[in-house]
Amino acid sequence: MSMIEVNDLRLGYENRVIIEQLNFTVQTGDYLCIVGENGSGKSTLMKTLLGLQKPMGGSIVFGDGLKKNEIGYLPQQTAVQRDFPASVREIVLSGCQARCGWRPFYNKAEKQLAEKNIERMGMTAYAGRCYRELSGGQQQRVLLARALCATQKILLLDEPVAGLDPKVTAEMYELIDSLHQEGITIIMISHDIKAALCYADHILHIGRRIFFGTKEDYQNSDFGRLFLWQEDGDKDV
Amino acid sequence: MFETLWEYLQYPFVRYALIVGVLVALCSSLLGVTLVLKRFSFIGDGLSHVAFGAMAIAAVLNLTNELLIVMPITVISAVLLLRTGQNAKIKGDAAIAMISVGALAFGYLLMNVFSTSSHLSGDVCSTLFGSTSMVTLTLTDVWICTVISVIVVAVFLLFYNKIFAVTFDEGFALASGTGVKRYNLLLAIVIAVVIVMSMKLVGSLMISALVIFPAVSAMRLFKSFRSVTVCSVVLSVTCALAGMVISILAGTPVGPTIVGVNVAVFFLCAGLGALLRR
Repeated sequence: MSMIEVNDLRLGYENRVIIEQLNFTVQTGDYLCIVGENGSGKSTLMKTLLGLQKPMGGSIVFGDGLKKNEIGYLPQQTAVQRDFPASVREIVLSGCQARCGWRPFYNKAEKQLAEKNIERMGMTAYAGRCYRELSGGQQQRVLLARALCATQKILLLDEPVAGLDPKVTAEMYELIDSLHQEGITIIMISHDIKAALCYADHILHIGRRIFFGTKEDYQNSDFGRLFLWQEDGDKDV
Repeated sequence: MFETLWEYLQYPFVRYALIVGVLVALCSSLLGVTLVLKRFSFIGDGLSHVAFGAMAIAAVLNLTNELLIVMPITVISAVLLLRTGQNAKIKGDAAIAMISVGALAFGYLLMNVFSTSSHLSGDVCSTLFGSTSMVTLTLTDVWICTVISVIVVAVFLLFYNKIFAVTFDEGFALASGTGVKRYNLLLAIVIAVVIVMSMKLVGSLMISALVIFPAVSAMRLFKSFRSVTVCSVVLSVTCALAGMVISILAGTPVGPTIVGVNVAVFFLCAGLGALLRR
């Protein structure tokens, strides 16, 4: 059984349909990259997968013992967060919130989990530091550590490299790749088709036409070639 | 100076005022940090105006305990305001401004038209800026205030981690299954309760100062959510006590004096923060 199975999904808001007849599956251990132009519904799809928004039709089925709140989510940063007075440790620990349920305080295991994930992201030296004083790349690592506290299985990343410089971007991709090697399923929204083709094994292209398949199929399809050619064209001009 | 203070402390109403002042300062600053960070600072202001309108209704109806009407009206408004903040045709800040000005005007109108007392402007003034003499507090007020404070502090401590999660990142909290709506509702109710509670002491125009100043001052100095919260409470209580002592000794109105001390402390913290960062 697949980890996530999306059947005939229809997305949109206020009676306006953005995507129709969306079908794809995610298997355990996949690295899926969702690409598409601005406004094609990438973020809407992600919100629907997370259960923040109801689909207009179709279904999303979780398998392989994945529960709805076991998805680790790396959202795009909000303005509120940029000057939020909170230590790295406090933020990462808040990823354990879902485990708590009605219990008001974090237990020892959760605190250890947070420390472990801070270490995993190479942020141990910064654990007591203030979030707003970190660089963009460091902030993303903190949020990634928080997402890892919420899940052992699957990460949903919404434009994880937005606003990062090339060197930090490359480090971020390597970091995500290493998590994938450890067996975590990755779903990533990206503008960066080059990186998608470098790291992902499946591509979901949404827009007026929808493509879903392996990276190789995408590169060999007329549709994929056209999109890649356009991307290259944009860069040359 | 201390003798004068000691003399005043012999009067029960002065002691009541000090107790109520400390409790109000404690509760308002606890919530202040979250409100400021959630960009909801003005909700306190809007709600206090609503409470003023409700107070006017209570005065016109000649109720013995105005809390019975002020509390529910303010709580309902808080819930409505927070709800419109999320998905509304009228944006959050505009909605707050509309409700707050509307309630203020309505309240004054009511008091003006149906007023039973001989010195109307005095009544309005004390509702807006807090009573000048603090003699209006009764033992019942002190008890109500104590009970509410205990509840507010307990709620805050029990839900501290949830409040943090919801304040820092609503989207993530929602995605990981935390009932964001539930906690926003809880926050709204607690804010409304605290505001109604603070009205007697500082008056409805000054409450938002009690909510906002300690939090913003603490943020100049500290860098983690917990230390900011603790510092905000300490600052708030100290400022309230200092303000009340000054007002007793100098004979100034309580509310504005407390706010004045808060303003001074804010500039002190801002300066100190700038020095530390260098």
